Amino acid sequence: MIFLPVLPIIIPLAGAVLCMLARRNIAVQKGLALITSVFILLTSLAIFAQTKDGTIAVMNVGSWQAPYGITLAIDMLSSVMLLLVGVLSVGVSVYACFDLDVTRMKFGFFPLMLILLMGVNGAFVTGDLFNLYVWFEVLLTASFILLALGGERAQLAGSIKYVTLNLLSSALFLAGIGILYGMAGTLNLAELAHLVKDGARGDLLTMVAVMFMMAFGIKAGMFPLYFWLPASYPTPPAAVTALFSGLLTKVGVYSMIRMFTLVFDTDPAFLHGLILVGAGLTMVSGVLAAAAQYEMRKILAVHIVSQIGYIVMGLGLFTELALTGTIFYLIHVIIVKTNLFLIAGAVNRLKGSYDLHKLGGLYKEKPGLSILFIISAMSLAGVPPLSGFFAKFTLILAGLRTESWLIVATALGVSLLTLYSMTKIWAYAFWKPAAEPLPDLNPMPKSKWFIFLLPMIGFTVITIALGVFAGPVFDYAADAAAQLMNPQGYIDAVLGGGM
Amino acid sequence: MTSIIFRTATRYMFPPLLVFSVYVLLRGHHYPGGGFVGGLFAGSAFALYALAFSVADARKVLRADPRDVTAVGLALALLSGIPPLFSKEAFLTGTWWTLPLPAGGTLDIGTPLFFDIGVYFVVLGVLLTLVFTLGEEE
Repeated sequence: MIFLPVLPIIIPLAGAVLCMLARRNIAVQKGLALITSVFILLTSLAIFAQTKDGTIAVMNVGSWQAPYGITLAIDMLSSVMLLLVGVLSVGVSVYACFDLDVTRMKFGFFPLMLILLMGVNGAFVTGDLFNLYVWFEVLLTASFILLALGGERAQLAGSIKYVTLNLLSSALFLAGIGILYGMAGTLNLAELAHLVKDGARGDLLTMVAVMFMMAFGIKAGMFPLYFWLPASYPTPPAAVTALFSGLLTKVGVYSMIRMFTLVFDTDPAFLHGLILVGAGLTMVSGVLAAAAQYEMRKILAVHIVSQIGYIVMGLGLFTELALTGTIFYLIHVIIVKTNLFLIAGAVNRLKGSYDLHKLGGLYKEKPGLSILFIISAMSLAGVPPLSGFFAKFTLILAGLRTESWLIVATALGVSLLTLYSMTKIWAYAFWKPAAEPLPDLNPMPKSKWFIFLLPMIGFTVITIALGVFAGPVFDYAADAAAQLMNPQGYIDAVLGGGM
Repeated sequence: MTSIIFRTATRYMFPPLLVFSVYVLLRGHHYPGGGFVGGLFAGSAFALYALAFSVADARKVLRADPRDVTAVGLALALLSGIPPLFSKEAFLTGTWWTLPLPAGGTLDIGTPLFFDIGVYFVVLGVLLTLVFTLGEEE
């Protein structure tokens, strides 16, 4: 299957084109989006099967050999990210079919969603720095429109912050690419890594690395430039927010992991130390900001920031165990966070509000939805035996092994505060009686309600499964981390010919 | 705009601009030019028409909805990457076919041409979507 690595890009594009052609018929668009999502999932499964033994799937687009052409290279980290995109796209498209308003669908929600997925997939498979930039632009452009689609006041206010900071980040990214190209004469990641290891390094390399750190840090929502995230994420409809929270910041994190394990691993004491400081501050500021909020979506959005801190913490510690934790955490948080946003959207659909003061008594009315919420929330806080526990445990163990007491203490403290935020939502929205009884805005028939809940049930089952089968997941993450820590395999796979 | 000079000029300029856009598109294979610039030429021809007459008239001349033009362009660019897969080459590898001409000699047709035509339509479609939307809002 020599064309396998390019399919994650082609399939969403084909789906988007078909959806554009079927612009006038929303029912057809829904069907096309669902079919495309299923195909994205199937492709990612096929790629996963091919790369799970550590093979790196390489393809030179247009048969231009690396390092001259654009290379697609999928290692174990990329392939698990692709798999998550597949799972997420199926879940979110089912949810969107039920939840999204007709106006947004008419304005092209589905083609935009598929273009966004193409951008995300492209960023995960590419082995070329400039190409990575292009995919970032693709997914950002799609996300700008998705964010502003509908044109509500709060949405536009959030979009402006989002666009401004992300453009700043892109400018930094591009400047970094320019300087790096001037220094090395190549943008192929494997070739860059090879040259850096050969000793073509200097102070300038560290400076460029910091530029990339800032560029990806902004996109990932890291301290100090994360405030665009809580400003913009809670404004669009739940399906869009869920998609964003699951994927967009994670592309930033993925790129950071890729660059700082493959290319910028020359000065870990300084660079990864800096990342670690950023990770700690991100965690703390995210979780403290969440503690002050009383709006369900805002709490969840601000929590994305603190979760990013955990993911980046593993990269900052820069040991094999720590990266294992990072990968485990990525897998866990993408599923859980998306699910929490979908559930929050379902609550809003029922009661027409995200406000914790107004909501109440949901446990009595909708026990099923409440159970789905509490499982995901507890997993996010890191309660055993759910997925979050094992992810955090690995990270903290890695922190203890490297004797980084401060970050371990921070991580544990932030974990407690996360539990506080999650129980706050639980107590206010689900447990306490409502201040004044809110009417059920959306009396769906039982069967339809069940289908509507299916994506959330699916994600919850995955969360539980990630905890129950933590062993195999951990082994996979460990293998992927080992691959990242020994970039020679990646370099050989790309520069050794490929196809 | 109601200037009679502008209208008359547009009427004369419109066909050559379109022909020239195709020329630029084809020239792009070996020389400066290509789908992007060609698409801009064609787009400006229609934009000129919309300015001189009205957006509704320009839409009538274009016949298809610009968003469909974009979609067709994307599809064409995407499909141009497929043929090399049959000969076990990587996606988007340039693949060429030689067609014998009735008057003798041969004509080489390759996938890069179709990719370029796809780009041409995408640029044309996106440009006109913008121009028409802005033009209709006033």
